[in-house]
Amino acid sequence: MYFLFLSFTILMIRLFYLQIIEGEEYRRLSENNCIRLQSMDAPRGLVFDRNRNLLVDNSPSFDLSIVIRDAKPLEDTIGKLSKYMNTPKEELMNIVNSKKGLASYKPILLKSNIGRELLAAIEVHLFDLPGVIVEIKPQRYYIKNRSASHLLGYLGQISPDELKSGKYLSARQGDFIGKFGIEKSFQNYLSGKRGGRQVEVNAVGQVIRVLETVKAEPGHNIYLTVDYALQEKTESLLQGVAGAAVAMDPSTGQILALVSSPSFDQNNFITGISHEDWNSLITNPMRPMENKAIQGEYPPASTYKIVTAIAGLEERIVDQNTTYFCPGYYQFGNRVFGCWKKGGHGNVDIFKALAQSCDVYFYQVGEKLGVDRLAWYAKACGLGVPTGIDLDHEAEGLVPSSLWKKEKIGVPWQKGETLSIAIGQGYNLVTPLQMLSLTAAVANGGKLFRPVILQSMETVEGDIIKVPQQEQIGLIPVRKQTLDIVKRGLWEVVNTNGGTAWNAARVDGLNIAGKTGTAQVVSRKKEVGSGNRGKPENSFKSHAWFVSYAPADDPKIAVVVLVEHGEHGSSAAGPVAREMIKTFLGVAETEENNPVTKQLHQ
Amino acid sequence: MFDRRLIQYFDWWLIGLTLMLGAVGFVLIYSAVNAGDVAIQKALYGKQIVWFAIGMTAMVCTFIFHYRFMDQWGGMIYFISIILLVFVLINGKFVSGSRRWLEIGPLTIQPSELVKISVILILSKYYSKRASIRGFTLKYLLIPMVIVFIPFLLIVKQPDLGTALLIVLIASSITVYVKIERKTMIWLIGSGAVLVSLAWFFLLKTYQKLRILTFLNPDRDPLGAGYHIIQSKIAIGSGMIFGKGFLKGTQNALSFLPEHHTDFILSVLAEEWGFAGTGIVLILYILLLGWGLNIAHGCRDTFGTILAVGVTAMLFWQVFINVGMVMGLMPVVGVPLPLISYGGSSVVTSLIGIGILMNISMRRFMVE
Repeated sequence: MYFLFLSFTILMIRLFYLQIIEGEEYRRLSENNCIRLQSMDAPRGLVFDRNRNLLVDNSPSFDLSIVIRDAKPLEDTIGKLSKYMNTPKEELMNIVNSKKGLASYKPILLKSNIGRELLAAIEVHLFDLPGVIVEIKPQRYYIKNRSASHLLGYLGQISPDELKSGKYLSARQGDFIGKFGIEKSFQNYLSGKRGGRQVEVNAVGQVIRVLETVKAEPGHNIYLTVDYALQEKTESLLQGVAGAAVAMDPSTGQILALVSSPSFDQNNFITGISHEDWNSLITNPMRPMENKAIQGEYPPASTYKIVTAIAGLEERIVDQNTTYFCPGYYQFGNRVFGCWKKGGHGNVDIFKALAQSCDVYFYQVGEKLGVDRLAWYAKACGLGVPTGIDLDHEAEGLVPSSLWKKEKIGVPWQKGETLSIAIGQGYNLVTPLQMLSLTAAVANGGKLFRPVILQSMETVEGDIIKVPQQEQIGLIPVRKQTLDIVKRGLWEVVNTNGGTAWNAARVDGLNIAGKTGTAQVVSRKKEVGSGNRGKPENSFKSHAWFVSYAPADDPKIAVVVLVEHGEHGSSAAGPVAREMIKTFLGVAETEENNPVTKQLHQ
Repeated sequence: MFDRRLIQYFDWWLIGLTLMLGAVGFVLIYSAVNAGDVAIQKALYGKQIVWFAIGMTAMVCTFIFHYRFMDQWGGMIYFISIILLVFVLINGKFVSGSRRWLEIGPLTIQPSELVKISVILILSKYYSKRASIRGFTLKYLLIPMVIVFIPFLLIVKQPDLGTALLIVLIASSITVYVKIERKTMIWLIGSGAVLVSLAWFFLLKTYQKLRILTFLNPDRDPLGAGYHIIQSKIAIGSGMIFGKGFLKGTQNALSFLPEHHTDFILSVLAEEWGFAGTGIVLILYILLLGWGLNIAHGCRDTFGTILAVGVTAMLFWQVFINVGMVMGLMPVVGVPLPLISYGGSSVVTSLIGIGILMNISMRRFMVE
C-alpha cells in the first residue's frame, strides 16, 4: 500500500513538473508544432576502376518540396510557385492532393533536380512562399554515359516486396536501391546509413534551431578490378553489334573488362525511368538490358574443342603422335558428318586439329570418349555451373549427358549426338564468362578462379574494409604434358599459316594464343523449352567466338569475345580480342613491364 | 446451489471504477482517431467497442465460477498459453520487425498478454500450497523460476522485451509478497547482480549493449524513441492546468506520435484535459489498485489472497511503467495503459484480471 502511494506520488510530481512548471514552454513549442524531424540521406559510395578513375559519382540535386501545414494559404502559394516553375497550377495541386494522406508536416516532393534559374527565383522569393523548401540531396551520376552499364548497374525505387524481404535494413518506401549490376551486389555497402536531425522551425517552416543531429554515414567506396581504358576500348570495338567481351587476369581471376553490347543509359534510371523508355529497352531485339557476358547462353562451337582435346589426351585416346585422316567428312553408321572444310584437312594430329579446327579429328575423339566422359571433363572445366561472380542473374549453361537427356527429354542418348557435342554443337550451352574462366585456367596451368570484380572496398576516410581473397574454385584435371600440348595447339591457331586466326588475331611481338568458334544459331535448348529470347527472325547467321590469352608463354590477360550473328569466329570476334590485348599489353609494356623504362626509373 | 449472498456481496466499487476508466478510454480513443486531417483509423473506434464487449463477457465468465476452479485448472491454462506462445514464434503475424500476434479467423490476439494471467494463476497455485511464516528458501523458488523463465524466453524471442520484463516484475512482486527467507533474498539479489554484470562484460556484443543503452535512455536515439518522448513531453506539458479541451489537441492532431491511440494515449489525455483531468485519472487508478489490495486483504484463503495480489501487481506495473514512459521517466517499452489504451488483447486481459478480483471479492463471505 505504501509502495503504491509512493509510486503514484512520483508520477504526480512529474506530471506537475511537466504541466505546471514547464507548461508555458511546452505550450509555446506545441503552438507551432515546431519540433520536426528531418531525414538526411546518406551519400552513396563511389565507384572507381582499378587505376582509381572515378566511374560513378554523386551530384547534388536540388529538390523542391512543400510542407502543407506551413504553406498557408496553400492555393496562393501553389499559384505563385506555378509561375516560377512554368508548370500549370492544376498539375501541382494534383501532386499535393495525391499525397494528402501523409502527415501534413511532412514535405511533399514537387520536383526533383530543379534547374539553376528556378532555384535562384525561389531562393529570392522564399519569404513569399511559406512552406516551400529546397533540399539538397545527393543523386547518383554515372560519369561515363552508356559505358560499363551492365557491370555498374542502375538504381530503382524499392518495391514493396523488397521492403518486406528484410534484406534492405534501413530502407524506406520511396528509397532508391541498386537493382542491377554491382549497384545491386554491393547495395548494403554502398548505401550507407541515413541520418536525420530534430529541428525547431518558425511559422513559415524555416529551421531556426537544430536540436539533435544524427549524422548520415556515407556508403563505402568501391574499387573495381576493371581497367577502364580497356573497358572503354572494348565498348568501342563492339559498337553496333550484339555481343559480349570479357577479359581476366589469368593469374588472379580478376576481371579486367566486362562488356555487353548494346548498352543502355543508366542516368535514365536515376529519377525513375519512363514507361516508354523502359518498353523500348525491353523490346529491343538486341536485348540491351541483358548482360550477355553472364546471362547469355550460347553453343560454344569449336571453342569447346579445348575440352574435347583435354579429355582425349587425359583419357589416353590420343597423344601428340596420333593422326587421323580427314577427307572432309566422317562416316558414322549411315550418317555423314561433314568437316567445315569441304576439301578435307588430310592427315591431322592434335596440333593441326586445334590450329585448323578440324571437325573430323574431334568427331573421332568424341566417339571414343562417349558423352558422359566428355561431360565429366566439361564440368571439371567449370562449365554447367555459374562461375560465382558477384553479379546477379548469372546463367549456368548446360553440359549434356545421357542421364540429363533421359530426364529432360525422355529419350535415350543417340551415339551420333556425341559427335556434335565433341565439336561444341548440339545441346551444349555456355556463357562467355564460363569460357573465360576456362581459358584463363588453361593459360595459368589449370587453376579455375572465381571471377572477381571487387578490388577493394574503403570507407570514405580511406580505411580498407574488404579485400576479396582470390578464390580458387577448382583445378582442371590435366597433366602438365596435356596442357602443354593444348597450349601449343592454341598458339598455332594464331601463329601458323593455315591456323584459323592467322589473319584475324596475329600481332607481331605479342604472341597471342586462342581458339575460334562459329556457332550455328538454331539453339537446341530452345527445343527443350527453357531459353526463349526474342530474336530478329531474319537473323540466322552464326555466332562468332574467340577465346584467347597472351602472351602465350607468360599470360597476363585472357580474353573471350562473342559476337551474335557475327558469322565467323575468325573475322568477327578475333580482331576484337586482338585489339583488346593490344590495348592492355601495349599500355602495360610502356608503363610497367618494359625493362628500359624500369631501368630509367631506377 | 445459487447463493443469494453472491448478489449481496457484488462489488459495485470495483465494477464502477472499471467502467469509469473504460469510459475515459473511449473518450480518448475517440479523440485520438478523429483528430487532425489524417483520417485513417476511424474503424479502430468500433473495433475497440467490440473488444470491450468481448472483455466484459470474459469478465463475467471469470467471476461466475468459484475461483477454486482456477486453482484446479491453473496448470492446464499455463500449458495452453505456453503452446500459444510457441505457435506465435512459428506462425505469428510479422508486424514491424517482431512476431507478437496470432491470427485466428477475424481476430488478432497477442498471447503474451494472456500469459500474464496464466503465470499469476500458476504461481498462486504453487505458493498457496507451500506458504509458511519463515518464507521460502531457494529450494522452493527453483520451480517458480522455471515457470517464469519459459514464457520470458519465448517472449524475448518475439522480440518483446517490455512484456517479458513485465512478467518478471509481476512474478517478483508475488514472490516478495509471499515472503522469501532473508538469507535467500540476499543471496538472490547478490547473484543476480553478479550475473548481470558478467553478462554485460563478457556475453553481450557491442551492438546489443548499444540497444540496451538506447532502451534505457531514449535520448541516445533522437530520431526514434527519443523523438517520440520529446513529442510526448510537449503534448503533456502543453496541456497545462486545464488542457486544451476535447478534440483540441494539436500534437495529437498532427500524428507526431505513431502510437498515440495505444501506448501513448496518456499524452492525449494530458494535452486535452490538462493536469486536472490527468490527476483525476491517476486517482482513479490509485483507488482501483487500493481496492484490489483491499480485496486481497479481505480474502480468507491463501490462494485467493495471492491471486488478488498478483492481479493488482499486474495492473499496477502496467500503469506505472506506461505513465512513467509517456512522461519520459522510463524506457520506451510497448506496455499499454490498462483499460484505457486501444488494443484488444490488452483490454480483454485487464478485464479478465478485474473479473478475478470480482470473483474473490464476491466470495469473501465463504469460509473454506
